[in-house]
Amino acid sequence: MAETLTHIGQTEPRPAGWKGIAADWSSDQRAFKNVSWGKAMMWIFLLSDTFIFGCFLLSYMTARISTRVPWPNPSEVFALRIGGSDIPLILIAIMTFVLISSSGTMAMAVNFGYRRDRRKTAILMLLTAALGATFVGMQAFEWTKLITEGVRPWGNPWGAAQFGSCFFMITGFHGTHVTIGVIFLIIVARKVWRGDYDTGRRGFFTSRTGRYENVEIMGLYWHFVDLVWVFIFAFFYLW
Amino acid sequence: MAEATANGLGQHALHAAHEAPSTGIIHAEVHQEHPIKLYLVVWAWLFILSTCSYLVDYFGLHGYLRWSLILIFMILKAGLIVAVFMHMAWERLALAYAIILPPILVLVFVTMMLFEADYTLLTRLAFFGAGP
Repeated sequence: MAETLTHIGQTEPRPAGWKGIAADWSSDQRAFKNVSWGKAMMWIFLLSDTFIFGCFLLSYMTARISTRVPWPNPSEVFALRIGGSDIPLILIAIMTFVLISSSGTMAMAVNFGYRRDRRKTAILMLLTAALGATFVGMQAFEWTKLITEGVRPWGNPWGAAQFGSCFFMITGFHGTHVTIGVIFLIIVARKVWRGDYDTGRRGFFTSRTGRYENVEIMGLYWHFVDLVWVFIFAFFYLW
Repeated sequence: MAEATANGLGQHALHAAHEAPSTGIIHAEVHQEHPIKLYLVVWAWLFILSTCSYLVDYFGLHGYLRWSLILIFMILKAGLIVAVFMHMAWERLALAYAIILPPILVLVFVTMMLFEADYTLLTRLAFFGAGP
């Protein structure tokens, strides 16, 4: 696709590098030439979501720097007692592995989707959804544990009061994203299983026919959820 | 297919699907097809990097060593997810720049808030003294 469109719809050879970007953007037609509108819109949504999570992590950083009271040590707060000894952050580590695994199965589901392997695609998507649900379940366990230990948005037994509000805000929003992702994974998996993208059956909500690219677009959202967790894991749990 | 052929990850890495009506204005959209092995390798690397960042905490590393290791592992993981799992490495440069550049500019905001937070801490220490 090393070409660009002019305003009258003719194709011209596209220059390389920055000149190519300028040529694409200034062509007055369609900036993302070989990207479908569905995929481009998902990317733009994810960009806006990046800003939302970026602002959460920023406000967390600001709160943590500006408090005079020592910040609770996440390594100890999130430790679990297994076999008589405290293992630091073990639940969070397991949650990380579960989410990464779900990203792996999702990537393979996208692959099998383009190969028109309906069975494998649907099974891998349902596996992804199951791993996502496991993640949310573990997060619910973590919330319950912290709430029974006395963590509230306005205070906690170990240090700076802002810890609770940051924790519930950031992980709560992320957990909501995972939950919504699980629901949509199940919906798309059902469509794949039924062969909607082969028969051209129209969606119940949009009344439009779908394509196997929908699996990839769904995958973009899911990988994004994983991506956000990478940053939360680094900045909130490990820092 | 400038971006598509430049990756060197298998001969049939990409193929253009001619699903869009060929009016000449709407371009054929590119679908992502890569060998499964690629995803498994990236998956394994994400596991290794996550384990590494967990071990940073497990062994209780401190100071700049801890922070730099956390950031390096984080950036590598994020890069792998975006580049391979989300296929950004094979997307057209115009899309990649449009999506990746703006979040990097958030670092400007981070810098502003660093100064702001330091100032808040300074005034709190000046008026309320060190911790309760």
